[in-house]
Amino acid sequence: MEEMPRQLIDAARQGSERALARLISHVEDRRPGWKDAMKAMYPHTGRACVIGITGSPGAGKSTLVSEIALRLATSGLTIGIVAVDPSSPFSGGALLGDRVRMRGISAASGVFIRSMATRGVLGGLCQAAKDVVRIMDFARKDVILIETVGVGQDEIEVVGAADHVMLVTFPGGGDGIQAIKAGVMEIADLFVVNKADRGGADETASEIAAMLELSSEGQAGKPPVFTVSALNGDGLTDLTAALRGYINRKKAGPVLEQAHVRREILGILEREVTCLIRERVASNGNMEACIARIMAGTSDPYTAADEIIALFAPASRIKGGMP
Amino acid sequence: MVHDSKIRVLIAKPGLDGHERGAHVVAYGLRDEGFEVIYTGLRQTPEQIVSAAIQEDVDVVGLSVLSGAHLSLTSKVMAGLRAKGADDVLVLVGGIIPEEDRKALQEQGVSGVFTAGSSIKDIAAFIRSRVRTGE
Ligand SMILES: Nc1nc2c(ncn2[C@@H]2O[C@H](COP(=O)(O)OP(=O)(O)OP(=O)(O)O)[C@@H](O)[C@H]2O)c(=O)[nH]1
Ligand SMILES: [Mg+2]
Repeated sequence: MEEMPRQLIDAARQGSERALARLISHVEDRRPGWKDAMKAMYPHTGRACVIGITGSPGAGKSTLVSEIALRLATSGLTIGIVAVDPSSPFSGGALLGDRVRMRGISAASGVFIRSMATRGVLGGLCQAAKDVVRIMDFARKDVILIETVGVGQDEIEVVGAADHVMLVTFPGGGDGIQAIKAGVMEIADLFVVNKADRGGADETASEIAAMLELSSEGQAGKPPVFTVSALNGDGLTDLTAALRGYINRKKAGPVLEQAHVRREILGILEREVTCLIRERVASNGNMEACIARIMAGTSDPYTAADEIIALFAPASRIKGGMP
Repeated sequence: MVHDSKIRVLIAKPGLDGHERGAHVVAYGLRDEGFEVIYTGLRQTPEQIVSAAIQEDVDVVGLSVLSGAHLSLTSKVMAGLRAKGADDVLVLVGGIIPEEDRKALQEQGVSGVFTAGSSIKDIAAFIRSRVRTGE
């Protein structure tokens, strides 16, 4: 039996983990009423400090997230974690294994961990992850940590929507530096060289600092670089202190940024339009008719796209179409 | 409205045995069958398993036990799920389960017992037949 979102919303706000978890599924699955649920929650959100954690595979993100969460939870903060992993493009399934490295978090700590698959929805990952963050925010989590693998554009967008972004790399991974070059550098405001227990971390940290020096020439502050070991705890006190600074700043005055709001509206629209296309165009026969014409040599995919768009909007307004 | 739902499965290894192979095979196999599989690793306490099942809002919990302690571990997980109001979760047990314990597990509320040699396809089909998806 399906609970009504209304009950879930009230219970999640009052601290029920089960209700929070079900509410997330409800929205993630786009079940009936999901958007009304988001509308109802929205006015009560915007309080949480959202920190994106990204970096190359195996850099130690999950281990680090777990250690940070434990330290923040000990000082009385409520923590939510969203761990995003890719869905298989072949089966649509996913293996979500980040919890394996988060076992230090006991059931009693009150840290709420949610694993999430990308589900291969075009432009959808970003919005889906933001929705989950917003729901956790509504459920009164003070800090929300989102882990993604920093490879795809989608993943970068996810952490880009956070208040702060932490990029995790490790020594010897020329890989690590590569990941930074791939475009995360611009959005990261905190760099972490993990696995310092293995040696070589200082060199990697210097390399990153040198790169930051180059790229931030003339700018006010350079992002800090921390050298840590998530395994034995070295450096975590300093790193956590930096995060506490972010958290306190957010608490002092949550700000709604125009650019964020704009991106959020676009994100929702993109996902909605994609759904609309899948639902209406792809299922009502229009698509089949277009395909048949193209196969018969009487049309082409560009014309087909124009014709389909015309079903939604007057032709004169189609960008790139004839005036 | 298009639903975008997936069946979510928690694969957990309660107890002290250190053999992960079977659980891995099932986790990867179910992913390839299109499920979202949350894997939690070795040596989970029943309390941790219940907590993960609640937070991840899974439809299915698959317990892999090779240590011989399946009856007591499973009963603790079942009790934990009931206590949290999550007794609608489908619980499956796999691993080395003597034939004579099958009935006892089912009496505890376990829906399916899949011993070594069960095919992933069978497990997947069983789950699909028991879990209602959002159409
Ligand atoms: N030596 C050492 N190993 C670490 C450290 N942190 C993590 N590891 C190990 O690195 C491996 C990967 O750790 P994870 O935390 O799963 O890394 P991740 O970045 O979350 O990995 P993905 O989510 O798969 O991209 C594990 O075997 C960890 O035990 C560290 O500080 N030192
Ligand atoms: Mg991870």
